[in-house]
Amino acid sequence: MWRYMLKRLALSVVTIWFIATATFFGMHAVPGDPLTSDKATSAKIRANLEAKYGLDKPLTTQYLVFLRNLSQGDLGISFTQENRRVNDIIREHFPVSATLGILAVVFAGLGGVLWGALTALYRNRLPDTIIMFLVILGISVPSFVIAAIGQLSLVNLNNLAGTSILPVGGWGTVQHMILPAMVLGLSTMAYLTRLMRSSMLEIVNSDYIRTANAKGLPSTQVFSRHQLPNAVLPVVTVLGPAIASITTGGFVVEIVFAIPGLGRYFVQAVQQLDYTVIMGTTVFFGAFLVFMVIVVDLFYGWIDPRVRLD
Amino acid sequence: MRAADAFTPLAQDQAAAISSRPSLSYWQDAWRRLQQNKRAIFSLYLIIGLLAFTFIGPMIWTVDPSSQDVDQISIAPGADRSAILVKDYEPWYGELSEDFVANDNAVGLTFAVAPSTQSVRLSWQAQGERAAGGYRIYRNLFPITAGRSLGLPLAETQSLYFEDRLDLRPIDYYYSVVALNKRGEDSDLVATLSTTVTRVITRREAERRGLLGAAEQVAYGHEFQLKLHPLGTDYLGRDMLSRLMHGARVSLFIGLFAPILYILFGVLYGSVAGFVGGLTDQLMMRFADFVVALPFLLFMILFKVIFGIGPGESGIMPMLVAMVVLLWPAAARLVRGQVLQIREEGYIGASRLLGAKTPYLLLRHMIPNTMGVILVTVTFAVPSAIFTEAFLSFIGMGVAPPTPSWGSMCNEGIKTMLTHPHELIFPALFISVTVLAFNLLGDGLRDALDARMRNRE
Repeated sequence: MWRYMLKRLALSVVTIWFIATATFFGMHAVPGDPLTSDKATSAKIRANLEAKYGLDKPLTTQYLVFLRNLSQGDLGISFTQENRRVNDIIREHFPVSATLGILAVVFAGLGGVLWGALTALYRNRLPDTIIMFLVILGISVPSFVIAAIGQLSLVNLNNLAGTSILPVGGWGTVQHMILPAMVLGLSTMAYLTRLMRSSMLEIVNSDYIRTANAKGLPSTQVFSRHQLPNAVLPVVTVLGPAIASITTGGFVVEIVFAIPGLGRYFVQAVQQLDYTVIMGTTVFFGAFLVFMVIVVDLFYGWIDPRVRLD
Repeated sequence: MRAADAFTPLAQDQAAAISSRPSLSYWQDAWRRLQQNKRAIFSLYLIIGLLAFTFIGPMIWTVDPSSQDVDQISIAPGADRSAILVKDYEPWYGELSEDFVANDNAVGLTFAVAPSTQSVRLSWQAQGERAAGGYRIYRNLFPITAGRSLGLPLAETQSLYFEDRLDLRPIDYYYSVVALNKRGEDSDLVATLSTTVTRVITRREAERRGLLGAAEQVAYGHEFQLKLHPLGTDYLGRDMLSRLMHGARVSLFIGLFAPILYILFGVLYGSVAGFVGGLTDQLMMRFADFVVALPFLLFMILFKVIFGIGPGESGIMPMLVAMVVLLWPAAARLVRGQVLQIREEGYIGASRLLGAKTPYLLLRHMIPNTMGVILVTVTFAVPSAIFTEAFLSFIGMGVAPPTPSWGSMCNEGIKTMLTHPHELIFPALFISVTVLAFNLLGDGLRDALDARMRNRE
C-alpha cells in the first residue's frame, strides 16, 4: 500500500514536470511575447523590461529558473498585471472554479446513480424510456446551449414569479451556484446514468443476487445492500476523468454565467500572452487533475476490497 | 482381418456437408446485426442526410455565406419579407402630416407619420414647467412593465419632436418620452407608445438590389418581395441556411478527420507497443500517460496560440493538429490491450511459424482483428471532436470569425438569444442532431461489432 502510494506520487511528480516542460516550451514557441504591445517602446525600455523579467537570458537558463521557482511553489509575477503574483491569482480564482466543479460532480454523481438505478428497476417501461431519452438529449446537446436555455428559462421563470427566484448570472451566494453547477454536471450525469444502468442490469443476473433472493431477503434489501453498492463501482472508476473534464470544461459555463473562475482568467491570459499566468494556471490545473486521479484510485481501493493497489 | 478393411472410407454424407446456414464473414454478420437495430439505421440515414446537406446543399442553395443582406438583418425564418416603395428621405422639422392622429397620453405623444424603417417621427405636446429640462426619448424592444427600464436612451431635446433613424428594423418598438426636471433628471411624467415598423425601400435602393429595372415605372406604395432566406438571417444579415451548410463543412471536417487521424496514430503506436512488449512497451505507454495528464482544453487553447492564425486563415488546421497531438493516447491504450490479447492467439503463432515478419503480422492479423473496436472508437470520437470544435469556437478560441462553423454561429447567436432565438437554435440543433446520430450509430456498432459488449444495456 505505502510502496504503491510512493510510486504513484513519484510518478505524478514526473507527470507534472512533463506538463510544465511542455507548457514552457510551447509558450516560448509562440511568435511575439508579452512585452509586445501597441505602445511604442524604445529599445532601451524594452531591454530593461526584458532584464526585469529575465527574458534576456538564454531559453535554457529561463527554463531552469522556471523549474527552480516551480519546485518552491512560486509561479512568478504576472506580466500584464503590475505586481500581481500568479499564486495570488490562483488563490483568488481557483476556489470559485473548484466550488463550481465539486458541486457539479456531486450533482452528476448522485443524479447519475439515482437515475441509473431507476432506469434499471423500470427496465423497458415508461420511466426507463423517458429517462433514457433525456439522457441521450443530455449527451447530445452542448453545454453552452444548455446553459443558454437554462438562463432563458430562468429569466422567464423570474418574470413569471415577479421576483428573482435565482440570479441569472454572477457569483457569490449559493443561489448563484445552483444553475451553473447543474448545467456543468448535466452531460456527466447523463453519461453516468447510462453507465449505472448497464452495470445494474449486469448485476441483476449475478449469482450473489440470486442467492440473496433465494435465501428470502426482501427485495428492497437485495437492492440496497447487494445490487446498488456493487453497481456503483464502475461509476466511481470514471469519476476521476469526469472530475477532470468538469473542471476544465467549466470555463464555458464560467463565461456564459459570468463567473469569476480560473478558466475565464486563463482565456484572457492566453489572449494577452501572459507567460507566467498561462504556465502557472496550466501546471496548477495539471497537478490538480493528477492529484484527483490518485484520490479517486485510493477511494476505489477503499470501497472495493477486491481491488488490490499495487 | 486385412488392414485395408479396417480403414474403409465412409460414404460421403451429403447432408453433413451442407451447413444449416450460409456462412457469414465477421463483417457480414455485423452488418446483419446492425440492420436489426432500428435506431442505428435511423441515425445512419441521418448522417447520410447531413453529409448531403453539407456537400450537395451548397450546390443547390448557392447563396454566398458571407454576403450581407442589409435590408433583412436578424430575420426569423418565415418572416414577412415585403417592402413598400417610398419616396427618398427628406429632412423633417417637426411638421405634422395629414394622416396624423392626436393621442391623449401623458404628454400627448404621437407619431407624426406612419413609422417605417426609413424613419420614426415622434411629436408631443409642450409640458411647460414640468419639462423645464427638456425631454429624453427612450426606445425598447420589449413591452415596458413596472420596474423595467425604458430601454435605450436615444436623445435629449428641448423641442417637441424627435426623429429616430437609428438602425430601424421591421419589428415592434416601444418609444417613451420622459419630461426632465430642472436638473435634467427623469421626472415621473412619462408616455410610452408602441409601434410596428413597416419595412420600406426607396427607388434607388430597389434598383440597386435588382428588384426594379432602371426604366421600370412603379407607383409609390408598391410592395416588393425581398430576397428569400429560408432559415432567416443572422445579426449581420447573412443567410443562415448557407452559413449552416458551410459551417457544417468545418464542423464535420474537424469532427471526422481529427478522430480518424488521431486514432490512426494511436492504433500504430499502440499496436507497436503491444507487439514489441517489454521495456519499449513500458516506456511508450508511460509517455502516453503523460500526454493523457495534460489538461485538454487548456492545451487546445495553447496550441491555437502556438501555431498562430495569420490574417485570412480559418484556424481549422491548428485545431486539427492539436487534437491529433493530444488525443491519440486513448486509442493507443485500447489497441495495445487488444494486441496483447491477440498476440497469444494460435493463428499468430501459426503465421509466425510460416515465416511472417512483424510488420506483416501487425498489418495482416493484428490491426484487422482490432478493426471492430477501432471503428466503434472512431464513431464515439466524432461527437466529442464536434463538441470540442464547438466549445473552442464558442469561447472564441476556435475558427477565425469570417469562417462559419456551428460553434462560432452559436457564439454569435447566444448574444441575441433573447430577441432572435433562431440564430442560436439552428446551429445548436445541427450540433445536437449530429452528435446524437453519431452516438446512436456508435451504440449500434458497438453492439454489432464488439462481442464482449453485446447484451449489455
